[in-house]
Amino acid sequence: MSRPRIFTRPARLAAILPYAWLLALFLTPFLFIIRMSLSMTAVAQPPYAPVFDITAGWSAVIEALGQLSGDNFALLISDSLYLFAGLRSLTVAAVSTALLLLIGYPVAYAMTRLSRRWQPIALMLVVVPFWTSFLIRVYAWINILQKDGLLNGALRAFHVIETPLAWLATDTAMYLGIVYSYLPFMILPLYAAMEKMDASLIEAAADLGCSRLKAFWLVTLPLSRPGIGAGALLCFIPVVGEFVIPDLLAGSDRLMIGQTVWLEFFTNRDWSVASAMAVVLLVLLIGPLLMYEKMQRRALERGA
Amino acid sequence: MRRVSLNRLSAFNLTALAAGLAFLYLPIAVLVIYSFNASKLVTVWGGWSLRWYAGLLDDRAMLEAAWMSLRVAFVSATAATVLGTLAAVALSRAGRFAGRTLFSGMLYAPLVLPEVITGLALLLLFVALDAGRGFWTVTLAHTTLTMCFVAVVVQARLGGIDRSLEEAAMDLGCAPARAFIAVTLPLIAPAVAAGWMLAFTLSLDDLVIASFTTGPGATTLPIRIYSEVRLGIRPEINAICTLMIALVSVAIVAASLATKWAGRRDDTPAPL
Repeated sequence: MSRPRIFTRPARLAAILPYAWLLALFLTPFLFIIRMSLSMTAVAQPPYAPVFDITAGWSAVIEALGQLSGDNFALLISDSLYLFAGLRSLTVAAVSTALLLLIGYPVAYAMTRLSRRWQPIALMLVVVPFWTSFLIRVYAWINILQKDGLLNGALRAFHVIETPLAWLATDTAMYLGIVYSYLPFMILPLYAAMEKMDASLIEAAADLGCSRLKAFWLVTLPLSRPGIGAGALLCFIPVVGEFVIPDLLAGSDRLMIGQTVWLEFFTNRDWSVASAMAVVLLVLLIGPLLMYEKMQRRALERGA
Repeated sequence: MRRVSLNRLSAFNLTALAAGLAFLYLPIAVLVIYSFNASKLVTVWGGWSLRWYAGLLDDRAMLEAAWMSLRVAFVSATAATVLGTLAAVALSRAGRFAGRTLFSGMLYAPLVLPEVITGLALLLLFVALDAGRGFWTVTLAHTTLTMCFVAVVVQARLGGIDRSLEEAAMDLGCAPARAFIAVTLPLIAPAVAAGWMLAFTLSLDDLVIASFTTGPGATTLPIRIYSEVRLGIRPEINAICTLMIALVSVAIVAASLATKWAGRRDDTPAPL
């Protein structure tokens, strides 16, 4: 039945303000990143050249375009530090996503098996840490992992180790921090996908002689695929550009892209190279981002 | 017919759930407990004490940062709620319109986009505009980020409500704007409130974007905490973190109770 969509025209008017806002404060800044990544570094305040002045008219714009340079990208390719940062980011994100799936899936699955009364409570318990500060949650791990912290204390109390181990500034600590921080992002989409699953499908599989494990493998797992995809993207994309967790928990000998952007910007004050790194990061993520965007749009417009 | 026990928790399920929740809560619990530790050494238990909370009162820099963060969060969350709700209404009610794909793309991308990119991009814009960096630049940046979260939460809710109610109102002679305010808005109110709270906590929490877009004299709480944490653990940090956790927890519990009391069956998916 096609009902008249009488809300359509006023609803379009509603788009104007947020649309203009996003164009001005989300899309335009990217043009500035791209332009900056093609500029030369200069000892100035702010530290770059050439200055691109729209008010100076078209001739100045064209002149400025002539001064754009690919030097920053050439630098990124020539210096293996940046290449390794890119590789490390992708590796860390892939490993973290796999770990998150391994840990998040059983939890989400167990949640769907709770009774109707307990499911909202379990859901809330998973969501609450997501609302508490990211920084605080990473900081909480420093308390536990430091040399004379609780983990070493517990391990020594149970005589697992004799001398305290160095947990901080290791990849183990970083993975712990990432898994800890992103776990709700993995559990929620998985739960949402599995919760909608029709229970009679598993009954049917069982009636047809499937063992529980086989029914899981043939029915539950394929049906939870949208959740797996959503959770994986929701974790993978931000982890590639993660800064806080590797900065506070991992060692400083191998950096991730997000850390190099931060370092170039705040420590070396090299805005052009920082922008070039950000562009590289964006290019790395463009595929996953488009996939995520499509998925999100489909999920939200299904009900509309 | 053999009923497969779908709602039966196997031992494995129960273990997974318990271990998962313990993993999520244990570090926070440790942090909270140690904020009441009397000992100066963070790792040695010296009995219960409130001395680090008292110490916070003397820490002017920390208090000023907290005040700055609260103001930024309040203003940006309010602006983001208006913008995000409008965006959600447009996406779920306006049908097709020119540039819709770009619009939804811009709206969903910041949800996952690494913050270093968003932060750097916004900073370059502010520099190009020669805007003095401080309270307002951070607030604008946070509004841009958090309006997207509000939009998603509200859009999910808008998709779940019965549109025949809006149509009935208009059949009875309501103008669309009036029908929206009288019918739709009350129905999506829990999601709008949840959106505001999410925006508020996200703003309160953000380190990276604030670091890029802030200027002298506008240090937010996470920036302050981060610089302290880099220098090493101080018990006062445990105390301020505990206060933030308490604030957020109280707000969430209050919000969920309010939704319950309002008697609305809320089908809105978890805010994400």
